[in-house]
Amino acid sequence: MATVIRTPKDYRTNAAPWWCPGCGDFGVLRALQEAAAKLNLAPENVVLVAGIGCSGKIGDYFRSYSVHTVHGRTMPVAMGIKLANRDLTVIAAGGDGDGYGIGLNHFIHAVRRNIDITYIVMDNHIYGLTKGQFSPTSAQGFKTTSSPAGTADRPIKPLQLALSAGVTYLAQAFSSHPDHMAEIIAEAIQHKGFSLVNCISPCVTYNKVNTYDFYKERLVNLDEDPDYDPRNYDLAVETVRKYDELVIGRIYIDDSQPSYQDLLPGYAEEPLVKARLEYEPEHWQAILKEFA
Amino acid sequence: MSNELTWVVGGQQGEGIDTTGEILASALNRLGYYIYGYRTFGSRIKGGHTNYRIRIAQRPVYGIAPQIDVLIAFDQDSINRLAGEMAPGGVVVFNGKGGRGKLPPGVEGVRLIEVPMVDLARELGNPIMKNMVGVGVSAALLGLAPEDIEPIIDERFAGKGGKLVEANKTALRRGYDAALQALGEADGHLHLAPADGRRRYLMTGDEAAAFGALVAGCRLVAAYPITPASEIMHWLVKKLPQYGGVVVQSEDEIAAISTVIGAGYAGVRALTSTSGPGFSLMQEALGYAGMIEAPCVIVNVQRAGPSTGMPTKHEQSDLFEMVMGSHGDLPRIVLAPVTIEDCFYGAVDAFNLADRYQTPVILALDLALGLAKQTVEGIDFERVRIDRGAVALPDDLNWEGGDFKRYRFTDTGISPRSLPGMPGGLHLATGLEHDETGHITEDRGNRVRMMQKRLRKFTQVDGVEAVRYEGPEQPEVLLVGWGASYGALREAREILTERGVATGHAHIRLLAPFPAGPVAELLGRARHVIVAENNAQGQLAALMRQHIDSADKARLRTLNKYDGTLFLPAEIVEPVLAAVSPMAASAKEVG
Ligand SMILES: Cc1ncc(C[n+]2csc(CCOP(=O)(O)OP(=O)(O)O)c2C)c(N)n1
Ligand code: SF4
Repeated sequence: MATVIRTPKDYRTNAAPWWCPGCGDFGVLRALQEAAAKLNLAPENVVLVAGIGCSGKIGDYFRSYSVHTVHGRTMPVAMGIKLANRDLTVIAAGGDGDGYGIGLNHFIHAVRRNIDITYIVMDNHIYGLTKGQFSPTSAQGFKTTSSPAGTADRPIKPLQLALSAGVTYLAQAFSSHPDHMAEIIAEAIQHKGFSLVNCISPCVTYNKVNTYDFYKERLVNLDEDPDYDPRNYDLAVETVRKYDELVIGRIYIDDSQPSYQDLLPGYAEEPLVKARLEYEPEHWQAILKEFA
Repeated sequence: MSNELTWVVGGQQGEGIDTTGEILASALNRLGYYIYGYRTFGSRIKGGHTNYRIRIAQRPVYGIAPQIDVLIAFDQDSINRLAGEMAPGGVVVFNGKGGRGKLPPGVEGVRLIEVPMVDLARELGNPIMKNMVGVGVSAALLGLAPEDIEPIIDERFAGKGGKLVEANKTALRRGYDAALQALGEADGHLHLAPADGRRRYLMTGDEAAAFGALVAGCRLVAAYPITPASEIMHWLVKKLPQYGGVVVQSEDEIAAISTVIGAGYAGVRALTSTSGPGFSLMQEALGYAGMIEAPCVIVNVQRAGPSTGMPTKHEQSDLFEMVMGSHGDLPRIVLAPVTIEDCFYGAVDAFNLADRYQTPVILALDLALGLAKQTVEGIDFERVRIDRGAVALPDDLNWEGGDFKRYRFTDTGISPRSLPGMPGGLHLATGLEHDETGHITEDRGNRVRMMQKRLRKFTQVDGVEAVRYEGPEQPEVLLVGWGASYGALREAREILTERGVATGHAHIRLLAPFPAGPVAELLGRARHVIVAENNAQGQLAALMRQHIDSADKARLRTLNKYDGTLFLPAEIVEPVLAAVSPMAASAKEVG
């Protein structure tokens, strides 16, 4: 059989995106499609697990098996799918509200488990779909519909959080540079273990602070710094702190850690979906005897 | 000699009281007695009263008995709590830490004897062996031989070295001899009549459900620890790895059910086990599973609520939530096993239904079903069939590309599903309303048809026992219940029948979709209907009223117990007799 060569088009669905013109999420979708093409992934072997929010709609636009979960639960759902079938490429995607607000607990646990999934957070520092409330990554003092006097909350720092939880692949990318983002996402997918790609994806409708220009003026690209070594944990911690997380590129990579599923007793080489289910009655009689 | 009696050991939590009960229960089981073993414990690990109660009989028993014949008390507190339940002629064996035991005032016809159980154990070098001394004392009282117990000691301490095995056997003998001496021949009436020696099995409902899940092909478990459901995870974590299955201890119940939904969507039979508070956390995900039509099984081992309520006490008060919880019009299947043995078959049914109807299935246990230990005659593995439901065949799939109609409108409402990895089966699974291909839409026509499709799946859930009925064709009184009250209701029926009241007993096994037809038919046969359940609001009665017509409604009376304990048969018999007497014709509610 001839090898199929796929292009980003192969990962497009017929649904037209419901995002505002100019939304950063277009860049993330494009980057994801490019990354999939780069890796020539068969769409049937990819499951995209999306959150709730404008960002979560990405699942309807990316051609693969797609799961649109309830708010904040992408991590455990993705984990169930990966454990069920290790042959699948499982990618989770959602907003900062979804992942670092309602789903924060699951996020930390997914990181610490080092389960082999890739998590793309479309971080716009706002709740887009519910019309512009502040999100857990919004800066303190940020004025929104739910914080007219400016938020009292201090922001979550997702990169530092991921580093402290033991992330084994950490990168940040920017929607304005979808090719760079695609390169990173492709690499993250290939990483054996949990990978987080925090994608800065501006909301042009509700966030008038964290705009494209805001980032263009501030973001530092670590991939262009010959002195930066993403395998140096202390340097990574120091760098994200120094730039207050306003960096893009590969931040930290550790290939030496075993993944969760490989440490889990019973997790076989063969995908779980193919496990044998039926046994002869005599087989079960032996277990029944343990109750005698 | 006795054909039936109740033995109880009481003491402080963390002192190995359960071990005493379990060793004796295992020995009795091997001898061929029927057992119902029930633990009373508090919500702490060390300290506080605990007791292990074993009803020992020559016939199947499904619940506790009203009186205690033998009480082994390791502290005065146990005597104070339990002496009031002693049967006339019963024996209390006491030895605590110093001091002499006292029977509370008003307790008569009960013999208190002192056996220095703790001192004997201390002499043997380990005070914790007082439990084995207690087993020896019990053997003497019940007329068993130390040889009946020794094999259990061999097995239980096998991994811990021969020295420990020997020490425990010595403790057993010391207790046995000391009790014979203290008792003399006088208490032979407590001796058990010999049993048939047939091999039967002793298991808890949690174990039976876990075993059923394994046999049904469950290969992934994700759960968060909670009393009284953790034992399900504990049992499966020992077994699943041998079958290429995995157990995830989730960070919370929301994660647990979400992982199970993910696995179910991807084609693996998966289960989560929980109790009230955890089940409440799962409500949003429950609706999600219904909407994306992902099979999943949730075992809810109910305990006393609301909120964290009484974690170690029995109740059946999550019925409303199981049947109606989660927002929107969510069809779901709720199955309540009737006995501990039925927890096995119920689990098998649950997995088949989840796959066939592509939906969440809730297996409703309660604390008494989950944690009580009961004799199981055997399990009929030939009865187990694995039915994976409608999975798309290669020909159904869209090889040409484009979208697979995962949610195809069909006559049955069941749409063959594709699993990730199947080429041509791509689709979106979303909790938002969607069309046949899964794409999000709020089109009115599609909404109505899609809702009807989902509901259609549940118009008839077949292939499972919906109601278990025992009794005459035309009963005067019909007792109705669910879950662990089966034992008390069954015995109440026997007692009422002996007293000349023709009594039937319907135990509802399928709570949702409610088997309105069969239930109405049974109600139609009886003059009086009494619904007995362990909750304050009469939740099953309310559910029945929702599904039956007004004539039957008027005859329905309720009997509720919600103090954290099981019904005793007499607590059903007496109100029923009062209700059916002509004098009480006007009484509307019982209890
Ligand atoms: C349990 C629950 N609570 C609240 C909501 C409402 N809700 C939908 S999207 C959203 C916020 C999404 O924010 P974010 O994840 O940052 O995504 P964005 O829309 O900004 O891409 C909220 C609160 C919900 N769907 N479910
Ligand atoms: S509201 Fe903001 S996040 Fe949502 S689509 Fe519009 S621009 Fe994007």
